[in-house]
Amino acid sequence: MECRTEDVREKVARIVSKHGPGRAQLLPVLQDVMDEFGYLSGDVLIEVSRAMDISIGEIHGVASFYHFINTEKVGRYVVRLCKTISCEMQGKKKVEAAIEKELGIRFGGTTPDGLFTLQHTNCLGMCDQGPALMVNRAMFTRVSPERALQILDAYREGREP
Amino acid sequence: MKKATKAPPRKTGRSRGRLQILLGAHTPGVALAKALRWTPQEVIEEVKRSQIKGRGGAGFPTGLEWEFAAKAGEKWDEVAQQQGNEKYIICNADEGEPGTFKDRVLLSEHPEKMFEGMAIAGYAIGSRKGFVYLRGEYYFLKERLEQTLADLRAKKLMGSRILGSRFDFDVEIRVGAGAYVCGEEFALIESMNGNRGEPRNKPPFPAERGYLDKPTVVNNVETLSYIPTIIEKGAAWFTRYGIEGSTGTKLFSVSGDVERPGVYEFELGIILRELLREVGGENAKAVQIGGASGINVAQKDFDKPISYQALPPSGSIIVFGQGRDMLTVLKNFMEFFCEESCGQCTPCREGSYQLLKGLHMIEEGKASMRYLRELELLCEVMRDSSKCGLGQTAPNPFQTIIRNFKDEIFYR
Repeated sequence: MECRTEDVREKVARIVSKHGPGRAQLLPVLQDVMDEFGYLSGDVLIEVSRAMDISIGEIHGVASFYHFINTEKVGRYVVRLCKTISCEMQGKKKVEAAIEKELGIRFGGTTPDGLFTLQHTNCLGMCDQGPALMVNRAMFTRVSPERALQILDAYREGREP
Repeated sequence: MKKATKAPPRKTGRSRGRLQILLGAHTPGVALAKALRWTPQEVIEEVKRSQIKGRGGAGFPTGLEWEFAAKAGEKWDEVAQQQGNEKYIICNADEGEPGTFKDRVLLSEHPEKMFEGMAIAGYAIGSRKGFVYLRGEYYFLKERLEQTLADLRAKKLMGSRILGSRFDFDVEIRVGAGAYVCGEEFALIESMNGNRGEPRNKPPFPAERGYLDKPTVVNNVETLSYIPTIIEKGAAWFTRYGIEGSTGTKLFSVSGDVERPGVYEFELGIILRELLREVGGENAKAVQIGGASGINVAQKDFDKPISYQALPPSGSIIVFGQGRDMLTVLKNFMEFFCEESCGQCTPCREGSYQLLKGLHMIEEGKASMRYLRELELLCEVMRDSSKCGLGQTAPNPFQTIIRNFKDEIFYR
């Protein structure tokens, strides 16, 4: 336990010192925390609070406001499928069904192996090339059900999708 | 991973339309060099004369906003001067309105125009620092933007002593974290300040107290991308395009049931029917103009122009073909507002929820006309008493879709 705390403290300190002091750096810090830890766990939150001198409640309040800052444990790959009307009209539901069937979980859930979390998201700005989805920070467009499964396979096998 | 993140810009629908001003070629630095030979006040006057209005949706005159920010410094007296008298230019690249993707095309194909526009704005108001607030969804564009900035610095079009003058200006890119409301200027500023992206009451406006409480200009990507051309060719040239009160051209993001979706550039004042012909959507049952927060237009109004005085020119055009169920469409929009309301003010938070609930009742055949009238009243309350544009415009699709398709929606 001691080890983990030291490790987290060090990593958080490195992120905070990279961005410099000041409240205005909170979002960039939290974004790097996402890249490093995947989500804002209790122990990470405590360390960010300490390093930035902002109360835990305050940080949690900010973090929970943004869709892309996870305050709960998520899979290694977060799949975000656009549910806005333009993507829906281009076959989003079929993609959704294919992904759910393949992974055996519903949107909102995480696979038991901790690899994938499925989320819906609002307009990704790819309305002319729908259906669109993101996996972590990568964007995919014109995703057919078949293509969706290829993308999942690639991440599962550690290949470039 | 890398390959995937770079794919979309290449695949971006080619820009079409009959004009290629915003989307046309551009020689970096010409406009900036010209602006630096003028006084800041002369730059502002030229932008004012062009009558360009903000392209992000609100339609505020850009020149006027710059003038407020430029003058804000004067009011800031000695204390402000001692603190360095900073001012900021923020480029709002948080386009999250459903059906809008024109900034994505500008950012991926012509980022140097936007950066040059930011530098000119900086010179005009006396700012040395700008930010691009890039929506988290567009993270794949960040590398390209950083590269463009590096190229501009190498050409002395960014950084210290721009083009050998005494003017310093540089830009930093901040990435958003997935929140539609952050496209609202104060929510955006709050987000940059490290807070929840909740809008504030106005005044004071950002031009007086914005980022870090300093005078701040927040302009849309498209607005700033237009600035170099306006300076280079002059306001008189610009006002030849468009119509009275709606000058210039405008980018339109076209999606839905059309043959040729993509980004188009048209003069403001274009008739909707004409636009639909250009994109292959003449057979539309209805068109949503301005995204979820915009209005629904049925065939009887296809002959109206798109301008600041008629159909709203925010640029999102979603076309619905004859077979589309309008209640499904409307539910999709209202779910969007329920999720994206920041929850700070009651009319927006609860109002959006009640409107969505009403739609579920309609779907199940449980809503009376009397109840619908009550919801109509709720729409007015939301419009009048919500704190920001989100809650004020959330009733738009509800009211206009129900007005246009009452029979279809009610007598299912």
